[in-house]
Amino acid sequence: MTHWLIAPIVLPALTATVILLFLRGRRLRLARYVSLGASAAWVALGATLVARASTGAIETYALGNWPAPFGIVLVLDRLSAVMVLLAAVLGLAVSLYAAASDLDRKGWHFHSLFHLQIVGLNGAFLTGDLFNLFVFFEMLLIASYGLMLHGQGPARLKAGVQYVVVNLAGSTLFLVAVGILYGVTGTLNMADMAMKVAAAPAGDEALIHAGGLLLITVFALKAALFPLHLWLPRTYAGTSAPVAALFVIMTKVGAYAIVRVTTLVFGASAGEAAWAPAAWLLPAALVTLVLGFVGVLSARSLRDLAAFGVVGSMGTLLAAVSVFQPEAITAALYYTLHATLAGAALFLTADLVGRRRGDHGDALTPGPRFPQVEVLSVLYFLAAIAVVGLPPLSGFLGKLFILDAVRPSAHGAWIWGFILGTTVVSLVGFARAGSTLFWESAEGPHASHCKVPVHPELTLGITAALLVGLGGLTVMAGPVTAYLGAASAQLFDTKAYLGAVLGAR
Amino acid sequence: MILVLLVLLPFLGAVATALVSRGGRDACAVTAGVATAVALGLLGALAPGVVAGEVVQASVGWVPALGLQASFFVDALGLTLAGLILGVGLLVVVYARYYLAAADPPGRFYAFLLLFQGAMLGVALSSNVLLLLVFWELTSLSSFLLIGYWRHLPEARRGARMALTVTGAGGLSLLAGLLLLGHSAGTYELPVLLQRREAIQGSPLYLPALLLILGGCFTKSAQFPFHFWLPQAMAAPTPVSAYLHSATMVKAGIFLLARLWPVLAGTEAWFLIVTTTGLVTMLVGAVSALFEDDLKGLLARSTISQLGLLTMLFGLGTRMGAVVGVFHLVNHALFKAALFMNAGIVDHEAGTRDVKGLGGLGSLMPVAATVAVVASAAMAGVPPLNGFLSKEMMLEEAAHTRLLGQAWLVPVVVTVGATLSVAYALRYVVRVYFGARRGEALASGQGAGAHHDSCAPPEASRGPEAGRGGGAAAPHDPPLGMGAPSVLLGALALVVGLFPETLAGPLVRAASAAVIGGAPPGFTLALWHGFTPALGMSVVALVGGAGVLAVHGGAEKVWRRLGVPDPAGWFEAGLGAAVKGSRKLTLAIHDGSLQRGLALLVGTAVMVGFVGFGGAKHTAGERPPMPVEMLTVLAWVLLVTATGAAVVMHRRRYLPLLFMGVVSMIMALAFIFLSAPDLALTQVSVDVVTILLLLLALNLLPQQSPPETTRRRRVRDAVLALLGGVGMGSAAWAVMTRERKTLADYYWTHAKPEGGGTNVVNVILVDFRGFDTFGEIVVLGTAALAIFALLETANRGEAGRRLAQWKPGRPLSPERYPLILIAVTRLLLPFAIVTALFMFLRGHDHPGGGFVAGLVVAIAVLMQYLASGFDWADRRVRPDHHALIGWGVLVAALTGLGALVFGRPFLTSAFWHPRLPFVGEIALSTAMVFDAGVTLAVVGAVMLALAQLASASKRAKQWAEKRERGEHGGAP
Repeated sequence: MTHWLIAPIVLPALTATVILLFLRGRRLRLARYVSLGASAAWVALGATLVARASTGAIETYALGNWPAPFGIVLVLDRLSAVMVLLAAVLGLAVSLYAAASDLDRKGWHFHSLFHLQIVGLNGAFLTGDLFNLFVFFEMLLIASYGLMLHGQGPARLKAGVQYVVVNLAGSTLFLVAVGILYGVTGTLNMADMAMKVAAAPAGDEALIHAGGLLLITVFALKAALFPLHLWLPRTYAGTSAPVAALFVIMTKVGAYAIVRVTTLVFGASAGEAAWAPAAWLLPAALVTLVLGFVGVLSARSLRDLAAFGVVGSMGTLLAAVSVFQPEAITAALYYTLHATLAGAALFLTADLVGRRRGDHGDALTPGPRFPQVEVLSVLYFLAAIAVVGLPPLSGFLGKLFILDAVRPSAHGAWIWGFILGTTVVSLVGFARAGSTLFWESAEGPHASHCKVPVHPELTLGITAALLVGLGGLTVMAGPVTAYLGAASAQLFDTKAYLGAVLGAR
Repeated sequence: MILVLLVLLPFLGAVATALVSRGGRDACAVTAGVATAVALGLLGALAPGVVAGEVVQASVGWVPALGLQASFFVDALGLTLAGLILGVGLLVVVYARYYLAAADPPGRFYAFLLLFQGAMLGVALSSNVLLLLVFWELTSLSSFLLIGYWRHLPEARRGARMALTVTGAGGLSLLAGLLLLGHSAGTYELPVLLQRREAIQGSPLYLPALLLILGGCFTKSAQFPFHFWLPQAMAAPTPVSAYLHSATMVKAGIFLLARLWPVLAGTEAWFLIVTTTGLVTMLVGAVSALFEDDLKGLLARSTISQLGLLTMLFGLGTRMGAVVGVFHLVNHALFKAALFMNAGIVDHEAGTRDVKGLGGLGSLMPVAATVAVVASAAMAGVPPLNGFLSKEMMLEEAAHTRLLGQAWLVPVVVTVGATLSVAYALRYVVRVYFGARRGEALASGQGAGAHHDSCAPPEASRGPEAGRGGGAAAPHDPPLGMGAPSVLLGALALVVGLFPETLAGPLVRAASAAVIGGAPPGFTLALWHGFTPALGMSVVALVGGAGVLAVHGGAEKVWRRLGVPDPAGWFEAGLGAAVKGSRKLTLAIHDGSLQRGLALLVGTAVMVGFVGFGGAKHTAGERPPMPVEMLTVLAWVLLVTATGAAVVMHRRRYLPLLFMGVVSMIMALAFIFLSAPDLALTQVSVDVVTILLLLLALNLLPQQSPPETTRRRRVRDAVLALLGGVGMGSAAWAVMTRERKTLADYYWTHAKPEGGGTNVVNVILVDFRGFDTFGEIVVLGTAALAIFALLETANRGEAGRRLAQWKPGRPLSPERYPLILIAVTRLLLPFAIVTALFMFLRGHDHPGGGFVAGLVVAIAVLMQYLASGFDWADRRVRPDHHALIGWGVLVAALTGLGALVFGRPFLTSAFWHPRLPFVGEIALSTAMVFDAGVTLAVVGAVMLALAQLASASKRAKQWAEKRERGEHGGAP
């Protein structure tokens, strides 16, 4: 018996606890080292999981040694492994950045909350149980709320109320949906529920249908899908940029849940409810796409820009998902990896710029020349290319992939039009913002109050590393897409999943 | 692999240039020059074989899933463009060395230039169309950087953005088109794709693919109506214009037309669209060039016109058209690059680019004047220059082309175009180099290098470069390095004209064979073809052109009065309106209203719930409902009333809490009624804690919530609430009335034998689903930490100011800590703790458990705080709350991990029933330790939340008192 599956959940929880118990308050330096060391370890752990999953075997882990569906199981397949790795990579960058920029000094419990957030992310990716997913969603929500408020400020508090209240309402809806589905199928295990839904008598279909759609609604709220995306721009633009960078993956949790639950439970075998979410997802995703990139065009600050960029990328991603074809899911997964790192890089760039511009902050107004403007303009240029989806970075490949994959679909032409059209809109938005911020501000004397913040090389380096990561994702697109293609095939081969979780029954 | 190295070289050069940028202009120019020269050398090594018909290929795998490969090939067409890119590139590198001012950062310039060079080379040599697309967009991006090189100039920023927007959008259109093309051809590899003409033209996707691809080509090559970005791009430094806007980037669109000619050309749609667009662009460009006063603007518009000509040639779809197109593509690059460099020299020396401010420079700058005359003559199509050759071949082709069924249309239009091009070419030479000198005041008015450092545009002149290198001294020929490149280009234009068959013949033959995809038609490149219609048209054009220039003054007045449309201005205005509109839309939707967010969430849930339910089959459950009793009706009425009252009184602060308490109690009763004592117990204790904490929190909020909702919104909310309630109620009814086999049976049978407890609920919590509980205590602890982090710093900043304004809500009772309350609560404490212990111990078999026990302890301590005051209680509460939470989670986690030692999964439980002397058999289980962790975490979390809320209000109270004292003290 190996315990690899529980490690990404229990170890970060223990790390958070140890930091809370023994490294609180004045021992921030030591807490940093422990926290960063742990963050690095999560990357190694994620890589190990990916290596294990890449054999194609689906591993399960029965908590408390209770057999599924009676106990809770963790399930490791290619998709969950790669998501855990993604969270770890992003987490390492963010925690390094937070420490290097002294953000973790600005309030309490940054490192504990950070690792609790990792627990929530990993748990959500690994669990095979619907109610357990709810628990990890709660953990994500509460930890992220704490992180979101970190450093305080009225805008942050105000946005925080909206964030937490709307998402708590979402949690309630999650319970309602799970309640209905449990009431009909009598199970909480996702694999078991898939079997029960497939075998459900005709009279149960209405409730299954409604419960399934409500569940997807909750995930759509997390994924910031129109019209449930209203909480995102203010939350992301209102919190500190490094935390926003970490939050970029939170929307991907919603997308992950949509993909996982739909392919497994409401997939081809689900009778009347088969692919029921698809019809709702597509129009919502297209509107999200438009609103996101129109928001980019109208942004007033770099963080605004990045936040709406996240909304837009979710639209792109879910438009591809809504097709629910293996190729399209592969494309969407590749785009997910890209969009997470790209969005985070943009947020970190916003922070780097904002810290150097004094009172101007990251507002998109011309201001005095600021230190390191040349390096920062390069970082911004690359991050913008990535988010817009232009070559040579992975965003272009991602979009190309999505376009290619959705072409056979009945609504392919619509998706093409929306994705290509909004790309132009975002191109204009990013070009305007960049030329104001970097070109207009680049000449002339330095303003006296603009000073270089702490550890300039380190913070710049971390941001650059994310962009280099995108470069790596581009160069290694061949093997990466091969892995993701296999992950997507695994999603559609539900028999293997059911067999792994429930045994040969 | 030489091929891959060839494409990589400019990119490596860009990096190297950036690295040596501290070395100044020379270091950068030499680095860039070496990179370009080496690449040119490599290409030269390939050239003989390629011209002989060989195709060099190289391929590296990239994304097989997408059909995207890093594959390159060189045939004669690619060789031609690549030769232009590297050859003109080398000249531009030299020219720019002398052109750039000392203050212009050279590293940035050369790095961007090489970046562009690499991208362009990629376009020329890509064998995979998707790869071509990657390079295509890279040329847009690098040209954005180059046009915006003088970033302090508003027109440079605007020009750069416009070029990026138009060509970037075109690139996306091309992307769509190439994807469709590749799909209908079944491959993205050009050598194969170009063989699939039937498959492509027979596919229903042909027309959309064609339109989308043309969208890309026309934007890049500045075809009407997308031509407007090119004159705006003249804000770029002149070397950039000479390179991008004459020889290379704008040729990319034409190149792609040529590249895809075998599979796209030859249809009615192709002929109509491409030829017409070319003709219109040719006229529009030529006419506007005639009335443009800025030298570079004039050249840009003439480029538009010439690009139109090229487009038209490929649009014809004839093999001879393709031959002429290839030939003219090269010719145009030679003379236009020379002219742009010449314009830069004039600007540099005379301090202005305005035609109206120039004249008579011929005697002062004889070399530059000679180059200008030769290159302009080539542009005008004067024998014996290269431009004459290709233009005459073009006229010959046009002479027998019918468009829209009219035989006269094309010949007339091209003759008019040729006439106009003679006129603007003449205008360039005559107005700049001949006639009287003008603009002395302008040129001498600026001190030498006065504008070098700031790079600010001189007020009196149009160009940003005015006065850059020149000065008070009279204009003279430029230094060798600046002059030589244009001399060389001009000389090439001449010798190609003189010895066309020897110099250009083989290349043109090979390249047009590559375009056509077969043998080219027989032709000879020669100055004299006898008396042909083309010769007549040439003569008409030359004479007419001179005539047009003669009446130019009068025509210009008319032209100005016409109020010519300004598409660039429209574009900018449209973009401005779009930004404004988008801002309005964004703000209108994302107004930050919490109510809106909630309404949309509830509304969406109601909609998908009802539609989802309504769209499928439903049969009602068969479980018989329980008999309705008086008591349940009473409870129901109470429940509804309390809920309604909470809604009605929601603006009062404490009253709704009371009603919520009622709701909660009825829920607890219902749980008991339905035989769920554990739930009832939990419900009651959670409720007590919640209400106590809410009381503390509400104390800090304003007394009254002002009515903020409009009537409409209240109606909306009422409807949503009603629908939501009905939906929830029906769902609950539907679920509860059906008999379904659930997991419960398993839990019933396994709780005792395998879980070691008879209280199934507790066994579920700590064992069957102990992992959920573990998660939830972590959530609870996290929530407490978040509350702590939030309130600990609440006295800072804005929140602190608000808190300082806080006034106690209502008059405080004179007796702050009532004695009876103190006595009772202190007396209760030990009982409560014993009760908690009891709850904890019996939990595994009877109603109770760690969670409830924790809450009971917390309530007991809470009461102490309430009764005896924060300070009194806080002094006596030893354990640190953070530590309690931490230990709780740690104990639970370690208990879970203990199972690993025995080779069991996390949280696997074990239990024993040891017999103790005197006590008898007792039940011990690891689940109990786990449960103890739960208790610790619950106590810690509740206490931490309480302590923070209490201390926040205490701080506020202290401030309020201090303020009051201060006021009283200050009054007398």
